[in-house]
Amino acid sequence: MDLVNISLGTGAAVGLLGYCVVFIGLILLMLVVMALAKYFINKAKKESEAVPVKTAPAAEPTAAPAPKAPGSAGEIKLYDTDPRDAAMIMAIVADTMGKPINELRFKSIKEVKE
Amino acid sequence: MDVLGTLQKLALESGFAGFFMDGGWKNLVMIIIAFVLLYLGIVKKFEPLLLCGIAFGCLLSNLSYFISLGGDNAMYHPEMWAEFLDATSPYYHSYGHIMQNCGLLDFFYIGVKAGIYPSLIFMGVGAMTDFGPLLSNPKSLLLGAAAQLGVFVAFFGAIALGFTGPQAASIGIIGGADGPTAIYLTTKLAPELLGPIAIAAYSYMALIPLIQPPLMKLCTTDEMRKVKMEQTREVTKTEKIIFPIVVASFVILLLPSTAPLIGCLMLGNLFRETGVTDRLSDTAQNALMNIVTIFLATSVGATMTAQTFLSLQTIYIIVLGLVAFGISTVGGLIGGVAMYYGSGKKVNPLIGSAGVSAVPMAARVSQDVGKKYNKTNYLLMHAMGPNVAGVIGSAIAAGFLLSVFG
Repeated sequence: MDLVNISLGTGAAVGLLGYCVVFIGLILLMLVVMALAKYFINKAKKESEAVPVKTAPAAEPTAAPAPKAPGSAGEIKLYDTDPRDAAMIMAIVADTMGKPINELRFKSIKEVKE
Repeated sequence: MDVLGTLQKLALESGFAGFFMDGGWKNLVMIIIAFVLLYLGIVKKFEPLLLCGIAFGCLLSNLSYFISLGGDNAMYHPEMWAEFLDATSPYYHSYGHIMQNCGLLDFFYIGVKAGIYPSLIFMGVGAMTDFGPLLSNPKSLLLGAAAQLGVFVAFFGAIALGFTGPQAASIGIIGGADGPTAIYLTTKLAPELLGPIAIAAYSYMALIPLIQPPLMKLCTTDEMRKVKMEQTREVTKTEKIIFPIVVASFVILLLPSTAPLIGCLMLGNLFRETGVTDRLSDTAQNALMNIVTIFLATSVGATMTAQTFLSLQTIYIIVLGLVAFGISTVGGLIGGVAMYYGSGKKVNPLIGSAGVSAVPMAARVSQDVGKKYNKTNYLLMHAMGPNVAGVIGSAIAAGFLLSVFG
């Protein structure tokens, strides 16, 4: 076929074929991209499902006592101080600083004897 | 000393004398066209980064006609490139001959002829493009395909007007609204038409805000234009990294002739997305892109010699280019309307016009028109999907035409 001096009929056929090739190429690419997206969406779903399963057993035993500040969650050291007094001191410090108590980290509370 | 004789000799050897010589007026007309293009680029800001270079290349090339009359000082030698393309010439495809005898603009043009500049520009485009909107809505690719309609209608129109198959293919690709692709294909198939095709492609890209809105209004209803689209999903970093690798492998295997364009486009995008090649990404989208733009624009402008540009063919190309642009826009909008109905009226068909690959101008036009009809409408990110799909679509269209006529 002479593709330099082409007839109108051949021109129409080439044009139509070209448009179909572009469509087919991009449809195939769309399917590939969709398959990729599906894989990643499923992967993300699995990961998000896995996170609560891991934390659930740990959360249950600690659910009974009231939530503690990070510093007071078993880490704070009390020297000659009653736990009730310590709780009161922590509440006063938080109130004075204008910060929520769970954002403060108390390392230790010690009674200073003069 | 013969003062009069010396002055006469100087006058005859000057470029000005050439104005009155055989065919000199044609080059003078081309110089005036170069001034008009410079005006459009500088004052009207029509794609100034390219049009300034193209116009100045045209100016230098046509001035070079006059200065070469007094000796071989020409910066561009069209006759040498004609020999380069002539299969019967001893210098057929001889870069050695070009290098030995070339002027500065001939030297620049080697990069166009070898397809280097358009591919490097594509690398920069890839580094600047976020394919996220396309990944979050892969159906956008259909709009990118639909918007290639103008390429093939203009191709048919060019055949009807008497152009050869390769010339018609080069004219048709103007409808892809992608300058580097148009230059790449034309250099391979019809280098004699490079000047007018580059001018048409870049001028119409600059005129997108004027060409598209009336067609958008014509093809859609008020109700369609008001549709507010839902936010698409967030795309992960890993997806964005895998995408260029998958596209390059898949499209190049499908249509090997697209390899230079798609390969560079996706390499640039990989540089952008990996997160470990920021320096390369920065170079590709700034320094390299700017350097290549200078060489590309100047050498394409240099091909606008009077002999090739001042013809009826140029007027046909300008008209067919406009037709191609318009029909591509309509094709994208028809695709958008089909998706509007197919999705239960959830897709705003205005994003279809962004399927022509002028990134990001076509997407901005979709956004502007959409917002005009619904103030709370933000279509930009939705339109970016078809917009970048159009880049891939026009590269595939060019690859097809190259494999048929190349």
